[in-house]
Amino acid sequence: MIRALFALFRRDIDLALKAGGAGFMALAFFAATLTLVPLGIGPEPALLARIAAGMIWVAAALAALLSLERLFQADEEDGSLDLLFLSPLGGIPLVLAKCAAQWLTAGLPIVIAAPLFALMLQLPSEGYVPLMLSLLAGTPAFFLIGALGAALALGVRRGGLLIALIVLPLYVPFLIFGVATVEAALTGVSFWPSFYFLLAGTLIATVLFPLAAAAALRLHLS
Amino acid sequence: MSGFFAMGGYAAFVWPAYAAAFGAIGVFAWRSLAARARARRLVAQLEAAEGQDR
Amino acid sequence: MASFQSFANPARFQAFASKLMPWLAIPAALCIGIGLVLALFVSPPDYQQGETVRIMYIHVPAAWLSLFCYTAMAAASAWGFIAKHPLADVAAKETAPIGAVFTALALLTGSLWGKPMWGAWWVWDARLTSELVLFFLYLGYMAVWGAIDEPGRAARAAGILAIAGFVNVPIIHFSVQWWHTQHAAASVFRMDGPTIYLSMLWPLGLMALGFTLLYGVLLIIRMQTEILLRRARSLRLRAAAGEPASA
Repeated sequence: MIRALFALFRRDIDLALKAGGAGFMALAFFAATLTLVPLGIGPEPALLARIAAGMIWVAAALAALLSLERLFQADEEDGSLDLLFLSPLGGIPLVLAKCAAQWLTAGLPIVIAAPLFALMLQLPSEGYVPLMLSLLAGTPAFFLIGALGAALALGVRRGGLLIALIVLPLYVPFLIFGVATVEAALTGVSFWPSFYFLLAGTLIATVLFPLAAAAALRLHLS
Repeated sequence: MSGFFAMGGYAAFVWPAYAAAFGAIGVFAWRSLAARARARRLVAQLEAAEGQDR
Repeated sequence: MASFQSFANPARFQAFASKLMPWLAIPAALCIGIGLVLALFVSPPDYQQGETVRIMYIHVPAAWLSLFCYTAMAAASAWGFIAKHPLADVAAKETAPIGAVFTALALLTGSLWGKPMWGAWWVWDARLTSELVLFFLYLGYMAVWGAIDEPGRAARAAGILAIAGFVNVPIIHFSVQWWHTQHAAASVFRMDGPTIYLSMLWPLGLMALGFTLLYGVLLIIRMQTEILLRRARSLRLRAAAGEPASA
């Protein structure tokens, strides 16, 4: 079963990289959003530094959201979702494998690119490590929560809007603690408490949301 | 009495709050009741039509 | 329609609903009526906030109901999953718009309370921000019902979301509260209002109770409508199939 899990995982990554699928789009959207920020509010360094952490996190959340519609849709369209669901892999491992693959191709590039944009947005140097750590710990949650949204919106016209509406309120705690981690470091306080909250949240999300998403998938496929 | 309506100068805030509350609830209740009345009429109609068809 | 137990039978439910209605509607009217009189005439203005404190008698009960309704929605959804009682889904579905209206009211009255107090139409204080997120949770739930055609499947899907959302409500509230203490002098934006005197507690309690009973009234009305519409649908189907009807 573990082999099957990895096979699915690898297949999804291949697909995502080949079609230039979700991964590239999420990164491009992330970059475009953060480029618009100084254009929108002016290049004044002090102002940009003040909002850098928040903007990077918001852009990451929205970029993740953008990639979610495709999480199950490609497999749903060619019928392989039914087969995968009925296989010994079942619901929850399927969701976990897909979330992992999606995060690796859409989320991880954002985490890696973040320091570059932090530089452009004048984030003070104390912020870089907490930024990377918080994004690393928090962005997987965006995809886990997103799996529930994607599963509920399967087969719905303009599902992307529904996903956004479902998922954004649930993103709030992760956004708050993610940014708080960076802000703590910027004010000279230890960032670990906020970071632990964030990490705890992601761990809880890893248990809860694949369960709910699998239930939603079962519902859709029945 | 005019003192009551002036609400200590805050009339512009207090009265719209109460008006909005009862306005919103009132409209919502009205629409819910109207929908129920329509549904009742519809069912009565369909049941009558069925009774005739027998 | 198959009848499992008691009120799964729609006719039984309608009869029960009609009988229950006065027991909810009359106390609701009394509570709200007396509550209003106390709120507007009898209770004293606040030492600091003056007459604007009277907005509290709408704002706090509305906020209470917004949370109560979401809980009811999640509970009804869970009941629908566990007991598979058809009324559970209808109750959950029809609670959502009522809860959304109370949430919107809490936001609006919060804004009207905030402007004279803190000079801004909208303040990102912990309670209001949590209410705003709750409002989006309601919208998402209603959107799921709207997006899926088949009622049984829509009920299950929305139910999953309601329960997932319900688990998150305290987490969201905690995180927003935490966020707020990081960003603003907490004491300034205390939406709790003034120290509660007994003369204020009565109208507050009565309005809260009145609104809760009102929720019951509105829920029953809307459930009756939904069940009638389902009956209409099945009547239409039977007419189209040319079968004689059974009651």
